[in-house]
Amino acid sequence: MRKVKLVLEDGTSFEGKSIGYEKSVTGEVVFYTAMTGYPESLTDPSYTGQILVSTYPMIGNYGVPIDKKVDGLHSYFESDKIHITGLVVEDYSFGYSHWNAQSSLADWMISQQIPGIYGIDTRALTKILREKGSMIGKIEFEGEPIEMVDPNLMNLVAKASTDKVETYGEGDKTVVLVDCGVKNNIIRCLIKRGVRVIRVPWDYDFTTLDYDGLFLTNGPGDPTMCDITVKHIKTAILQEKPIMGICLGNQLLGLAAGCKTYKLKYGHRSHNQPVLLTGTNKCYITSQNHGYAIDQKSLPADWETLFYNVNDETNEGIRHKTKPFFSTQFHPEASSGPVDTEFLFDDFIANIKKVPKVH
Amino acid sequence: MLNTNIKKVIVLGSGALKIGEAGEFDYSGSQALKALKEEGVYTILINPNIATIQTSEEIADKIYFLPVTAYFVEKVIQKEKPDGILLAFGGQTALNCGVDLFRQGILEKYNLKVVGTPVQSIINTEDREIFSGILHEIDVLTPRSIACTSIEQARQAANTLGYPLIIRAAYTLGGLGSGFCSNETELNKLADNAFSYSGQILVEESIKGWKEVEYEVVRDQYDNCITVCNMENFDPLGIHTGESIVVAPSQTLSNSEYHMLRALSIKIIRKIGVIGECNVQFALDPNSEDYRVIEVNARLSRSSALASKATGYPLAFVAAKLGLGYGLHELKNSVTKVTTACFEPALDYCVVKIPRWDLGKFVGVSKNLGSSMKSVGEIMAIGRNFEEAIQKGLRMIGIGMHGFVGNRGDMEIIDIDEELVNPTDRRIFAIAEAFHKGYSVDNIWEITRIDKWFLMRLQNIYLLRNRLIEFGSLEKLPAELLRDAKKLGFSDFQIARLVLKSGVKDMNVESLKVREYRKKLGILPFIKQIDTLAGEYPAQTNYLYVTYNGSEHDVTFEHDNKSIIVLGSGAYRIGSSVEFDWCSVNAVNTIRKEGFRAIMINYNPETVSTDYDNCDRLYFDELSLERVLDICDLEEPKGTVLSMGGQIPNNLAMKLHAQNVPILGTTAEKIDNAEDRNKFSAMLDKLEVDQPRWSQLTTIEEIFKFVDEVGFPVLIRPSYVLSGAAMNVVSNRDQLEHFLALATHVSKEHPVVVSEFIENAKEIEVDAVAKNGEIVAYALSEHVEFAGVHSGDATIVFPPQKLYVETIRRIKKISRKIAKALEITGPFNIQYLAKDNDIKVIECNLRASRSFPFVSKVLKTNLIEIATKAMLDVPFEKPDKSLFELDYVGVKAAQFSFHRLLNADPVSGVDMASTGEVGCIGENFYEALLKSMLSVGYRIPKKTILISSGPARGKIELLASAKMLKERGFTIYATGGTHHFFQDNGIETEKVYWPDEEDMSPNTLELIKERKIEMVINIPKDHTNRELSNGYRIRRNAIDFNIPLITNARVASAFIYAICKLEMDDISIKSWDEYK
Repeated sequence: MRKVKLVLEDGTSFEGKSIGYEKSVTGEVVFYTAMTGYPESLTDPSYTGQILVSTYPMIGNYGVPIDKKVDGLHSYFESDKIHITGLVVEDYSFGYSHWNAQSSLADWMISQQIPGIYGIDTRALTKILREKGSMIGKIEFEGEPIEMVDPNLMNLVAKASTDKVETYGEGDKTVVLVDCGVKNNIIRCLIKRGVRVIRVPWDYDFTTLDYDGLFLTNGPGDPTMCDITVKHIKTAILQEKPIMGICLGNQLLGLAAGCKTYKLKYGHRSHNQPVLLTGTNKCYITSQNHGYAIDQKSLPADWETLFYNVNDETNEGIRHKTKPFFSTQFHPEASSGPVDTEFLFDDFIANIKKVPKVH
Repeated sequence: MLNTNIKKVIVLGSGALKIGEAGEFDYSGSQALKALKEEGVYTILINPNIATIQTSEEIADKIYFLPVTAYFVEKVIQKEKPDGILLAFGGQTALNCGVDLFRQGILEKYNLKVVGTPVQSIINTEDREIFSGILHEIDVLTPRSIACTSIEQARQAANTLGYPLIIRAAYTLGGLGSGFCSNETELNKLADNAFSYSGQILVEESIKGWKEVEYEVVRDQYDNCITVCNMENFDPLGIHTGESIVVAPSQTLSNSEYHMLRALSIKIIRKIGVIGECNVQFALDPNSEDYRVIEVNARLSRSSALASKATGYPLAFVAAKLGLGYGLHELKNSVTKVTTACFEPALDYCVVKIPRWDLGKFVGVSKNLGSSMKSVGEIMAIGRNFEEAIQKGLRMIGIGMHGFVGNRGDMEIIDIDEELVNPTDRRIFAIAEAFHKGYSVDNIWEITRIDKWFLMRLQNIYLLRNRLIEFGSLEKLPAELLRDAKKLGFSDFQIARLVLKSGVKDMNVESLKVREYRKKLGILPFIKQIDTLAGEYPAQTNYLYVTYNGSEHDVTFEHDNKSIIVLGSGAYRIGSSVEFDWCSVNAVNTIRKEGFRAIMINYNPETVSTDYDNCDRLYFDELSLERVLDICDLEEPKGTVLSMGGQIPNNLAMKLHAQNVPILGTTAEKIDNAEDRNKFSAMLDKLEVDQPRWSQLTTIEEIFKFVDEVGFPVLIRPSYVLSGAAMNVVSNRDQLEHFLALATHVSKEHPVVVSEFIENAKEIEVDAVAKNGEIVAYALSEHVEFAGVHSGDATIVFPPQKLYVETIRRIKKISRKIAKALEITGPFNIQYLAKDNDIKVIECNLRASRSFPFVSKVLKTNLIEIATKAMLDVPFEKPDKSLFELDYVGVKAAQFSFHRLLNADPVSGVDMASTGEVGCIGENFYEALLKSMLSVGYRIPKKTILISSGPARGKIELLASAKMLKERGFTIYATGGTHHFFQDNGIETEKVYWPDEEDMSPNTLELIKERKIEMVINIPKDHTNRELSNGYRIRRNAIDFNIPLITNARVASAFIYAICKLEMDDISIKSWDEYK
């Protein structure tokens, strides 16, 4: 078996064994603490450019679900392919068992040419990332050296987004969804509520379209890379049609409103992040996956904090004080993760329905 | 926010440990009391379980050692005038009591607020019909079921639903009276039994073979909800979750399954209106996302204790705070101290819970596992993979197994298929055996329906075993393979056996060789923290485990000569239970107070000692020689305490000493002198201290020769038991032959110890502390029963009420001699026989004994604190109290769990059978006895009693009792001999016929079944008659029909005297501190 190691930019190196495709890769090394949902996470476009470290040690237990499409969307994946750059686990489950499994995790990764490494102390690795912050790193196979590159210097959204305009679902209200690397479940959550969704590329000028609501999706990397999207959102804000954003969408809405964003030390990537609805005692457990956040102090006067993180008090959502614009840093669509905040889609749909159609 | 109207509350405990309700409630109650105290709430605890931590000083403000029943709780309410009551922390006992208080209008009468979940919510979860109705309102699926109040209805329901079915009784502890049936005959039998526990039973569709998954859910008054942990049963539905191996977090559920069930749990808790914690059990179809809700427990449970330990999230503590009005987000995560309690723990390890059974202790009990609980304890093992955790766990349960493989070949699993189809306590080993016989994962899955993922992981262990046996020496074994073996949880012992093919005799030495060798190769374990957030936030947690799946330690080690390691007691089992946890925790407390660092090693999730809050460092890990040495290597302790955790640590003394581990207190050699029968005997001879004559024998001929010398009866202790009890008293040659032929195996390898058995002798216990061979504190207590009843089952009185002063003087003198000879420093216990001031020593343990908490609390002198100080060699005050100065009496009574052990003969003998105990204090012996017997479930009969008084001695003993009962207008039913004896002595009784006199009426069984008798007194004729005799059938039916049963004449006469002399109103309602 070929020797393989994970190397971090600070020089730390872990030797392990290969799972998946044998190819040296480089990316930002981040950890996530969720205990379920690796098929969803691996196909989450927000992970573009990242080498994902699972803190839960045994991964691959239930294999990879069947490849089935409903309404033009994969039923069990969050996009059409694996988006992570590489996977790091402690203990790979060679044997898998599930009624819905069609292949092993390793075979799936091989088929999509994604490398992985197992047999390393992921807790030790996580502690390094926690102390020093997320770092650039590489999974390097013997005889295949590779330079480390910071993916955040690239426009990852352009990589994760779509290049075509597509329509999903039926309904008399239309939502334009700006795909910055959208997870399928956002689209599922919308069409389930009886609206038509027009999915457009990240840099598409949607302001010319006839729509009832605007949806800003999740996506990878630094929000400041998306100047053009922010420009379009600024125009949309003037149009006053309802807007909802998730994750990167929260940051983009924030930038359009005039906020600043910054990079968190090691981000939030887990299923157990507590967020408090500002001014209430309502605390929700949320699924999160982000490395950047809105600087709470930079909120303009006509905007307010919708949610904040109870643990580190970072921003978890903003809303306009008078207009139907809101967004969350966490993922109400979950998948993977807890589904407790899915009601926010209802709020968005209610906002759309409140607005009379103007023609 | 905090509800400031609640200033004084009553907390209900769970009483004696029993099957289905054990140490976990000491843990949850202690946590709740701690939370209340932190908020300045005055706490009054009602719990007769005197061996618990929660009934110790400084935990609750006031403690009542009284039965947890509506009658006594009302009395306490009248006296204390509290503002609120907590019902959720004392298991089903407290919950049922709470429902009674509510239904009797007592809560309303005294305007008592229920802190936490409202009683109506509890009732809604307990009554299965209401429960399903409520869940259906919110479109949550439950098994199709029909509630029935008669056999007729049950049969009709069965026809509607179709077989197979499950029968459940409402309002019972952990599945009591439940079972599967596949036809009407089985239904009739089961339903009849279930009705004896409850007026309502449920006939349900069977979903046997589905996955069983549980969620622990928390809700606050703001409707914020979290699930703290989910757990998956290794065994599919059909085996009670208390009988199943359980894994946390779930391993085979996809994200969508996990979160579907999680969302349902939250939906349910909201609908029910729980404030605090509840547990939701699901069945999940292994072939789709179809599910059923099986059960909701609106209280802290065994699972919640396990979840707390599995995640580090203190559920009971948080639940108590939520009851007081806090929101989850207003509380801090007690591990990180900086993040909020409103989160769901992320684990970066896997835990495995394995039940501990003691079915071998009961004659006649089926070993099959099913829908009701039989296990008496459990362990939790932590690993970074399933293999590591389960192999650790299989060692921890303490039944002589070394892991999944590498056990001795004498498993006696003859029919693997049978074992897999109808699982017993050995199922997991049958799986190992099946791999060995060439079964595939698919084959085993076909039979067991255990998820293939678990089976594949077990197969990994088996396959590695096969690779290990290919090598004949350590030097030939590739280092990588050795490392892999350690990562999959193989112990040095297993490796020695598999690689070195070590025989039994060389095991210890060869295991140490493996240890030596792997240390040389640098194959060493690492210490990891349980921090609730998988490393996401820095946590200064002291909650640790040991793993080979890692490359660095999470903690550093202070080598400052201040660390003291205390070894805990492991899994609760018959003979070792919460009392040793009390001792361990008190040792830890004392160590900390004296300025040392207390490091605890234990792996029982039901305990307070494994609460990381209680010590400076907690290693939730094995108490094996290997693991203790690993920890000692890292910690370099100043000393190790072996005398608090019962026999497990005690047995390590010589081995640890040989490896230069510093042992505090009595030296290992002296411990060995007391443990080794021959050495101890020789020492007693030298001290001129008498003991019953005994001999260790290896042939049948020798046994008979010895018995000819000492005469019958004799006590037989085989070292190898084929079936039935390990120890027995035999009264004649026939019985001896019978016992030797059926129950034991006698050979050079398996000798039998035969001792003279002295009849009608009193048994006396000395619990004491010595320093450098001088006794510094002691407590002397006497058994109510004559010798022949195991001290763990006996009713014990302290201070003694009926001993000659001379007897006491002699015992003190002998105890001093022994303490001196063994140079004891620390706790010890000696058991004596006394007959006419003739004193014989029967046992000596150089460690804390079961009765230490009882005598410490009655005496109000913490013997463990003194013992620990003696061992630490720090100054302590010698207690000046003499036992004769006590103006009150303590009585300890045993709790049996025979009602859960189908077919077991409910009789106590020389081998222990009880699962728990209580200790109550009274103004005099009879009052204390009555309190403690009421606490273990006896009820005072009003009109009728059945007496079957057994041998002549029993008849005589009960004569006066019968007379008293008659004077009070009782109808006494008596079996033939007893009837005649009483008649001859002028006492009128109703003659009843033996069970086998089936045509004759009134028949004993008929009276029992029709509940025409309020109490059964049945004294077994002799010690060995264990076949399906008449006596057995009377006793068993009394248990099955829930009629109080007494089987010892001395206890029976004391109880009858007590109920004839005392009315309920005469029982004093006094808290512990009021006895001065």
